[in-house]
Amino acid sequence: MTIAVSILPEQQLAVLNAAYRQAVARRRLRLLFGFVVFAAALLLAAVGAEVNLPTLFAHFGNFVSYFDRILTLDDGQRVWTDVGEWLWGWHKWLRMLGETVLISYVGTLIGATFAFGLNFFAAENTSPAPWLRFLVRRLLEFARTVPGIVFALIFVIAFGLGPMAGVLAIAIHSTGALGKLFSEIVENADMKPVEGVRSTGASWLSCMRFAILPQVTAGYASYALLRFEINVREASVMGFVGAGGIGQELVVAIRKFYYSDVSAILLTIIVTVFIIDISTGWLRGRLFGREART
Amino acid sequence: MTRPQEIDTAALRARYPGVFDRPASARLAMPAMIVAAFAIVVYGLVDLDFSPARLFAGLSQLGWISLMMIPPDPGSSLPIYLKALGETLSIAVLGTTLAAVFALPVSLLAARNVVPSKLLRFPVRRLLDSIRGVDTLIWALVWINVVGLGPFAGVLAIAVSDFGAFGKLFSEAIEGADQKQVEGIRASGGSALHEIRFGLLPQVLPVIAGQVLYFIESNTRSATIIGIVGAGGIGLQLAEQIRVLEWQKVSFLILMILVAVAAIDFVSGKLRFAIIGRRPVA
Repeated sequence: MTIAVSILPEQQLAVLNAAYRQAVARRRLRLLFGFVVFAAALLLAAVGAEVNLPTLFAHFGNFVSYFDRILTLDDGQRVWTDVGEWLWGWHKWLRMLGETVLISYVGTLIGATFAFGLNFFAAENTSPAPWLRFLVRRLLEFARTVPGIVFALIFVIAFGLGPMAGVLAIAIHSTGALGKLFSEIVENADMKPVEGVRSTGASWLSCMRFAILPQVTAGYASYALLRFEINVREASVMGFVGAGGIGQELVVAIRKFYYSDVSAILLTIIVTVFIIDISTGWLRGRLFGREART
Repeated sequence: MTRPQEIDTAALRARYPGVFDRPASARLAMPAMIVAAFAIVVYGLVDLDFSPARLFAGLSQLGWISLMMIPPDPGSSLPIYLKALGETLSIAVLGTTLAAVFALPVSLLAARNVVPSKLLRFPVRRLLDSIRGVDTLIWALVWINVVGLGPFAGVLAIAVSDFGAFGKLFSEAIEGADQKQVEGIRASGGSALHEIRFGLLPQVLPVIAGQVLYFIESNTRSATIIGIVGAGGIGLQLAEQIRVLEWQKVSFLILMILVAVAAIDFVSGKLRFAIIGRRPVA
């Protein structure tokens, strides 16, 4: 079988070509317009942020050599030639890292507990009253939008220096973030079980417990684990404002130019974050795997 | 009319033993896990110096602070704050754009369908992971050492930390792209570069644009805090006012941040919709 490629007559082709060019030209024009607006915004932003390219180029060597310096010991050797000297403070750092992980764990779980308590009121399909939903949503929004470290700054003044402020700051921020995610899961839940439970004369609480909860727990656990991962990172800088954890050591090392300590602490933080990422990933996989089987 | 049947519980029980008599291990697993999780919390609370006395003292202090925050009042520094807010937005936009520009080529190197060699992909991925493992605030401190205090350090800090995040997200978007179009380009004699330009990029650019917009949104939040370590923006003002206990100004600044974030959310939501919505046509 042969397929004939038909060639349109010259006139028809010209019309089609013109229409095509016009369509393309319009799209290009729109793209160009968007690009120009974007470039103008960037330029404006560059002025606003005091971007100073000469400074950057003059000091970019500093950025590169900074990594050179933090990878050099006091005696001029590379850090990995003498690991014992490099990680001299490992005992203290490990303790601080443990504190960091504990801060994020406690903060996440407290936050998750509050989010769990609030999310049924925030979800569209389960909220008992519209005004309550509005109130809870605004509350969660507030807790989520104000950065955790700002809460930490305020809590350090109210509760005193130390990990307590960090835990509470992380707990509040997690409440906001998880409350929203949890309520979204509830909104996606199947409502038929709720109708079934309600038709037996059950109260609102029983509806939530027996109809909604079995559908959503896996999602809750998954999001809480994800939040834990994020919070470990956040807890690592809580020490910058005096709210406990490894950040305290790091900020001292950076500000006082203890170069090799900076790289050592950064290394321990990165390794910790890796380990937490991998183990929560594994746990999430197991959780969902088991959930899928039943 | 059918009457509800008499339920023969005993027969049901006999027929579905798995439902009525679950083994103790299955019934107790969930509560045991919850108890264990909260036991660690209790240990943590003790270890982290929590005490009811401290908690109540702090809460009452917090109550006072909240009372002193009302009404929010910028005093005479409103122009400074507005400028600082502008600075924050600039940091977010510029930092995110820089990160996206640099991350695009690197993300190609980290994508499985562009670079099949695992040997080459592995170091790129680990590099991106390491960059992401370090918080924006830490990058800000490093850049302050290099370019000095000020918003420029903030731009670079956001650019570096987002570079890590974008590298990962973009490479995932590229891996999710349809290979058929790439094969089509190859079949018509296109080079490897042509495959990327005409086969991959048209598919992934809308996704990437959506992600960049989303990050501009979330970076407005990040940009508000990097000022705390001296990298410019509204965080600098906020940290200062908290330190001198000017609570009315603090609450005003927090309100400003909330409004700015809400505004950016709204605008970028519209833009994102426009980009995704135009996708089938383009």
